[in-house]
Amino acid sequence: MMTKIAFVRKKEIPPSAPPITEVGLIGWLRQNLFSSWLNSILTVLSVYFIVIMLWDFIPWAYGGHWNTKSLRECLDLDPDVACFSVLTARWKQLLFGLYPAEEYWRPTLTFIFLLLAIVPILFPKFFRFFWFSIIYPGLAVWLLWGGSFWSISIVYIGLTLGALFFLTLIRRYLKNYMIAAILAFLFTAVFFLFISSPLVGLLNVILPISLPFVESLKMGGFTLSLIVGVTGIVASFPIGILLALGRQSNLPVIKMICVGFIEFIRGVPLITLLFVASVLLNYFLPPGTNFDIVLRVVIMVTLFSAAYMAEVIRGGLAGLPLGQHEASASLGLTYWQSQRLIIMPQALKISIPGIVNTFIGLFKDTTLVSIISLRDPVGLASTIRADQKWNGIYWELYVAIGLMFFIFCWGMSQYSQYLERKLKTDK
Amino acid sequence: MSSPTLPPSESFKFSMLLSDTRYRGMSLQVITFIIFMAVFFWLVDNTIKNLALLDKDVSFNFLWLRAGYDINQRLIPYTSDSTHGMAALVGILNTLLVAFVGCIIATVLGLFVGILRLSKNWIVAKLMSAYIEGFRNVPVLLWIVMVFALLTEFTPAPRAFKGAEPEATMLFFESIAITNRGTYFPAPVLAEGAYWLLLCFGLSIVASIYFIRYANKQKIDTGKSLPTFWISVAVIILPTLILFFAMGQPVSLEYPYLKGFNFKDGIHLRNSFLALTLALAFYTSAFIAEIVRAGIMAVSKGQSEAAASLGLRPNKIMSLIILPQALRIIVPPLISNYLNLTKNSSLAIAVGYMDVRGTLGGITLNQTGRELESMLLLMGFYLAVSLLISSFINYFNRSFQIVVR
Repeated sequence: MMTKIAFVRKKEIPPSAPPITEVGLIGWLRQNLFSSWLNSILTVLSVYFIVIMLWDFIPWAYGGHWNTKSLRECLDLDPDVACFSVLTARWKQLLFGLYPAEEYWRPTLTFIFLLLAIVPILFPKFFRFFWFSIIYPGLAVWLLWGGSFWSISIVYIGLTLGALFFLTLIRRYLKNYMIAAILAFLFTAVFFLFISSPLVGLLNVILPISLPFVESLKMGGFTLSLIVGVTGIVASFPIGILLALGRQSNLPVIKMICVGFIEFIRGVPLITLLFVASVLLNYFLPPGTNFDIVLRVVIMVTLFSAAYMAEVIRGGLAGLPLGQHEASASLGLTYWQSQRLIIMPQALKISIPGIVNTFIGLFKDTTLVSIISLRDPVGLASTIRADQKWNGIYWELYVAIGLMFFIFCWGMSQYSQYLERKLKTDK
Repeated sequence: MSSPTLPPSESFKFSMLLSDTRYRGMSLQVITFIIFMAVFFWLVDNTIKNLALLDKDVSFNFLWLRAGYDINQRLIPYTSDSTHGMAALVGILNTLLVAFVGCIIATVLGLFVGILRLSKNWIVAKLMSAYIEGFRNVPVLLWIVMVFALLTEFTPAPRAFKGAEPEATMLFFESIAITNRGTYFPAPVLAEGAYWLLLCFGLSIVASIYFIRYANKQKIDTGKSLPTFWISVAVIILPTLILFFAMGQPVSLEYPYLKGFNFKDGIHLRNSFLALTLALAFYTSAFIAEIVRAGIMAVSKGQSEAAASLGLRPNKIMSLIILPQALRIIVPPLISNYLNLTKNSSLAIAVGYMDVRGTLGGITLNQTGRELESMLLLMGFYLAVSLLISSFINYFNRSFQIVVR
């Protein structure tokens, strides 16, 4: 008896194409924008919001005037569009403040050199150019403020001689680092106190290289923001590390001093510290001293962000397992060796996001110097408005200034994300 | 036979102070301490010399002298005849007011933005990250002056509301007027019997708290969950509402109205206050949003999967599993952001709001010439606030730490 099988499939059916609602553009839209009624409402609202924003903004910005003489002229032409002429007329001021016009090449060159100087630090591939990053600070000071070339380079000469003295002592004569350091310090101090000024005088006579001097109050605009911001960032990092180590230290006196400093600085607003710099600092210094206002501001901003940096790095140090300290101690490494080789590389890696956030915060905080009447971009905005021609102009200036800050800060945060990805050793 | 001997005891040498680890720490501390004290005394000595040169002394008596200046926004009675101390107090209260209102707005906005940032909806997530990046990467001072410009330059003057066909109209059924001199809200007026209403409202809140506790206990004991939210809302609102109508509406609203060239009555919020509060709140909310996002993402995915496999619904997973764990991560940085907002409120000077820096550290300082004393008091105030808040954070960390072993 034969059972009759009507049909047996011999070949596998080829898989059918997914429904059109699940793939391609429609599928993406359904999954990402209209997955539920709540999501659909949110999508519609967001699109509506974006459209009305752009509806107002694009014609305003796109049709803007760039070449009028005053705000009045703009309003006569078309009151509904932007009057970017203020930027055309005053962009130099926004970038350089009151810096003498014939010397604009100096801040520009400083800025270009700045970009070159950070490359070796940011990208390890170019680390062989690190020497440029080291000479850059002196070069920048000389270019911006001017004066004799030798009075800046003598600082480098002195420090190099001090370092050489230290190394020779260690290699040839002494075992003890601390005594060698103290001797080298004394040597450098003697050099700067007694030898440096005659030497500078001599060099000035032999080979006079100098630039016209520009006083600090002339600095302004983004040049000032960058001076304060970059110096603060560079200087606050090592101070922050030292403060963090001091706070974790088991030497009570050092710990107490560091904790007191950090808590005091973090407890008061930066504005009050800047006021101390501009009003009170003269009380604390010997009668008759009066040093540069920009330098005072830079010192205060540096101390301020160093305290924040210290807390960020302390967080990183606390995040390390105790075993790391113990293991490095059991290998016989000294305190500084274990910090340099074992602890800090790991702690700093954990705290990259916090460190960069502090940097960004510091750069944004440079706008506060406008409150002690230095001419940073925000301060310049009101100076420009005080001019009769541009009285009543707001958005064009604010948009331009905001955009500049946004580019710098956003760039920094993007770099920190790149660094985090690059340094990720696990997974 | 030789008996084991102790190593020859080294006699103390002076160089051991620097080379021997037993003494090195001590001598380092002594050196640091000496340097620290020397710098400190140097500064104090300089200050004394400078003060002597300027014929000044250190005294806080100026706090009891007549201030002689007006403060346009005050929470306590103050006239130009009041003392400098009173002016400082008015300023302190103004600072705290901005901080308080700003923190509330920033928290609500930040929670909202932070959660939406995690939404699966692509366009919403992108919009929220644009909000966060925009506010975080532009200085807060710029935001403050921008919001202030928006409020003063692009809102109608009170006289635009005048006439039969006014250029501007009030919002929300003629109740709120946004003008370039500030925003006017209706003010509640309490008639006789209103206090009973307040009492009733207070009691209902207490009752709802007890109800929530009861519902939680019920849930833990029996596993049944009551619709807690709606019942507690009803408990809070209904009795007061019934009493309100039963007593013949003892609370009424006093609407602002135009008189001459300005609005009268109602609550007047000045543009300086609004601009400062809103800008600080927006700015801080961007940071809070990131904290909320990080907190939620830090709860491992296994937690929500485990909860789902137990059969919990998505909203229950959020409220019972993820949020309690995320809050432990969120709260400490949240509070330190409140502290940042409070400190940033010292930027009030940019819009002319009279906070403590504007009164004590501004006009009082300039009028009396007591820079040292005013700045000391000012810093003391901010330090006290921040130490208070950071001790609260420490308390929170201690009491909510996960107890391992």
